[in-house]
Amino acid sequence: MSAAAAGTSKAAHGDVAPKKRRGPGALAYLVIYNVVMTAGWLVIAVGLVRAYLARGSYHGLYYSIEKPLKFFQTGAMLEILHCAVGIVPSSVVLTGFQVMSRVFLTWAVTHSVREVQSEDSVLLFVTAWTVTEIIRYSFYTFSLLNHLPFLIKWARYTFFFVLYPMGVTGELLTIYAALPYVQKTGLYSVTLPNKYNFSFDYHSFLILVMISYIPLFPQLYFHMIRQRKKVLGHIEDYSKVE
Amino acid sequence: MKHYEVEILDAKTKDKLCFLDKVEPNATIGEIKSMFHKSHPQWYPARQSIRLDPKGKSLKDEDVLQHLPVGTTATFYFRDLGAQISWVTVFLTEYTGPLVIYLMFYFRVPFIYAPKYDFTTSKHWVVHLACMCHSFHYMKRLLETLFVHRFSHGTMPLRNIFKNCTYYWGFAAWMAYYINHPLYTPPIYGEQQIRLALIIFLFCQIGNFSIHIALRNLRPPGSKTRKIPYPTKNPFTWIFLLVSCPNYTYELGSWLGFTVMTQCLPVAFFTMVGFIQMTVWAKGKHRSYLKEFRDYPPLRSPILPFVL
Repeated sequence: MSAAAAGTSKAAHGDVAPKKRRGPGALAYLVIYNVVMTAGWLVIAVGLVRAYLARGSYHGLYYSIEKPLKFFQTGAMLEILHCAVGIVPSSVVLTGFQVMSRVFLTWAVTHSVREVQSEDSVLLFVTAWTVTEIIRYSFYTFSLLNHLPFLIKWARYTFFFVLYPMGVTGELLTIYAALPYVQKTGLYSVTLPNKYNFSFDYHSFLILVMISYIPLFPQLYFHMIRQRKKVLGHIEDYSKVE
Repeated sequence: MKHYEVEILDAKTKDKLCFLDKVEPNATIGEIKSMFHKSHPQWYPARQSIRLDPKGKSLKDEDVLQHLPVGTTATFYFRDLGAQISWVTVFLTEYTGPLVIYLMFYFRVPFIYAPKYDFTTSKHWVVHLACMCHSFHYMKRLLETLFVHRFSHGTMPLRNIFKNCTYYWGFAAWMAYYINHPLYTPPIYGEQQIRLALIIFLFCQIGNFSIHIALRNLRPPGSKTRKIPYPTKNPFTWIFLLVSCPNYTYELGSWLGFTVMTQCLPVAFFTMVGFIQMTVWAKGKHRSYLKEFRDYPPLRSPILPFVL
């Protein structure tokens, strides 16, 4: 769900080239931010390819990109601040939800449950995220500079067809793989009795998270499809003119 | 007396939905809504939004036709507000839930806790006290809904009842589960803590009620007038000197008291969420007061004296 969802925040506002209410300082900062993030995810992409070529197998590639993944995915939390401060015209709540669900998967599932780190499902969502983010951040960079190549715009609104389900599958399988270990160790869980009269079962919580994908995934997916029609719709018009 | 002609168009499609001729100049929007309802029975007046401009604000039921900026052929735009439900119905439903649900946990009805605890009672007296306070609070709310509050709007969108009931009923169940749990841990500082909490709770319950009465007395029965509330002889209303919405201030106080009384984290969460929502409402109300009244007392804050 986080895979293509991160793209919807801008999409929700029709991807207007954002230059309205911020100064040149904010513009420069945002360009630098988006360039750095593009570079970061490129580093992760290259890291994955190199590790695959070196080992000759898909297994355990997570370890080769663990640190940059954590750094750049966590760094994306700045985007919530950008919305809150107003230099990016997206909803704080929507952006917050998208970023935090990624951060949740990175830290509270993959990092916290060592046993799932060697699962192939991790590679599945990391790959989906990597491709999505490289396209997304370069899209923003070019938009800010008012020089958006059609290819990037097209990629952003087309790749999600595959990347989104791919990412969701990887995420769900990873959470599912983590369940038995969480139950066995009681990870992040609190039981009664205690002086705060509170309890929390992380295992049940993860199951609820998985269930929440059912209503949320289709909504976000169809939202992107609708945005695609709006943004790329004119391609069909050209062919009609012939 | 020259009569008006009124045409009502759909705000989105601009289709002509209704044409009324020979409308009295002193007819109100409310009366026009009733006439419109006759030709379109599925759109009862409460779900009609009538405006002068398709994207403009809704006109009020009390607005009089001849005082509006329209010619003798008036054009209005209609928007369907969706199915509506009365505020009274919503309040009664959303408050009865917590009352009943909490009691189910208190009496340890089967299928909540382990079977050996079915229909047993807690050995901690604070649990009985908490049940009395919680039940009193929601009974008070129900009675206020029936006999005290004077509502500006008759209705709200139907989907609100599902949203509101989920919130109230859900939190009530979550809190009640822990307070009435066989493994409940009573407050660390024992009797002292419970006594202090009870005093705060009762003080704020009386305060909240006093404010509701004061607000009711601002408005004659059946009217929708708005006036600035001021402190009365009742000392609990003197807080109006510092705060625009002291009913919310006292409500926060009550739940803080209940949190301290039960020493239960879910209650603290409920208090915090409620506080956030009430602050949003208080700020909105405070802003409307400032906009509507030139002479609004400058010392007042929305919900917390001097702070928020």
